[in-house]
Amino acid sequence: MQQIFLFLYRLRAFILFLVLELLASGIIFTHNSPQGAVFFNSSNKFTGSLLSTKNNVVSYFILHSTNRALAEKNASLLNRIERMTTSADSAHFSLDSTLNNNYNFWSARVINNSIHLSQNYITLNKGSMDGVEDGMGVFNEQGIIGRVKGTSEHFASVISLLHTDLLISSKIKKTVVFGSTKWDGINSDEAKLLYVPRHVQVEPGQEIVTSGYNAVFPEGILVGKVKEVSEGSDTNYLDITISLGADFSKLNFVYLVKNDLRAEKDSLELEMATPNQ
Amino acid sequence: MTTVKIIKYSISFFIFFLIQVFILKDLVLFGYAFCFLYVFFMLSLPHEVPTIPLLLIGFFLGLLIDLFYDSLGIHAASTVLLAFFRNPWIKVIMPTGGYDDNVPPTILNMGLGWYLFYCLPLILLHHFLFFYIDTLGTQLYLPLVTRVLSSMAFTFLLGTIIQAIFYKKERGI
Repeated sequence: MQQIFLFLYRLRAFILFLVLELLASGIIFTHNSPQGAVFFNSSNKFTGSLLSTKNNVVSYFILHSTNRALAEKNASLLNRIERMTTSADSAHFSLDSTLNNNYNFWSARVINNSIHLSQNYITLNKGSMDGVEDGMGVFNEQGIIGRVKGTSEHFASVISLLHTDLLISSKIKKTVVFGSTKWDGINSDEAKLLYVPRHVQVEPGQEIVTSGYNAVFPEGILVGKVKEVSEGSDTNYLDITISLGADFSKLNFVYLVKNDLRAEKDSLELEMATPNQ
Repeated sequence: MTTVKIIKYSISFFIFFLIQVFILKDLVLFGYAFCFLYVFFMLSLPHEVPTIPLLLIGFFLGLLIDLFYDSLGIHAASTVLLAFFRNPWIKVIMPTGGYDDNVPPTILNMGLGWYLFYCLPLILLHHFLFFYIDTLGTQLYLPLVTRVLSSMAFTFLLGTIIQAIFYKKERGI
């Protein structure tokens, strides 16, 4: 017995090494699962407040481009208002109230961002107290940014589009062909459009927008533009490279979107998918 | 370890940590070369520190860095690996005549040749595990190699400069 204890005592460093490595890999796996614990990431209180202090300083350096982007967004919004307001000499009635007001929007600031790893996350300065929830879509005036993964009271952590596991349901705007946008992990301003069949005519320069099928994003938000099309090596699908609309290296202000009817849509689809006994 | 030394190393722990998460996190050359300067904190600890405290320090430091990188557990796992192999590696590459006590393994104390031999394999180990876990589930083997090698060069270069500037040469007693 004493021999065994002595043996274990001599191996104590190795055993501690194994325990710590197992602990670390345990954390890695729970963090990367979709329902992973949210407490231990950059959206917790301690990390979040430090990061927002840093962002307060750093954001001054990109004020110029931020202002220009916000001004562009304002201009496009003004244009849309102009088109939507009815002039005094015409009558207006809404056709179907279910088509209106499904989406709510928030704005937030990016306080932490990475683009060079294979699994990138973003931290925002708004959390559950401001109404941010898991699963909300994130975009800015240039294009899609990602999806909210977890929230704390004042901060939210977002899976960036530059994360090799995130799929965004999208379509080619001109031909209305559907596919999924997924980052391939190589270049921070390019991604792939998957599941587009070979018979479809795709040309460089065509716009890719969100499809609105998964109810996270409203239909028609820009994802990017087709950059290169080639025949996939051994699949039935085209190999399409798109250049992303959003410049991930200069994120500052972003918008969050929530579909009020998403839970209803999801539960209906789930109900239809389960066979009745 | 005297109390003064413990305080000195604790302060340098926080300085390495703050520089890593607030400055070097945003500094990535050509999209490939990362700088994980904090491994130099682990490397420049005195060689009398036993493996068990080294493992615990490594785990704690890695976890703190992970919080800011949103890469939970990856830095911790790689730093623990580095901490585990550091002391055996120091023993393997012992120069004839052994080490002097109270002389931390830094470039000015040990000379460039020994230092290259000491640092590079350990940094390689750390970076390889980090980027391997990061790219797990993808087929990005060539970018993995490029990232590991370029980051190793960048980390080593910056770490050596920092040591040459801020660490004094100590005489053995």
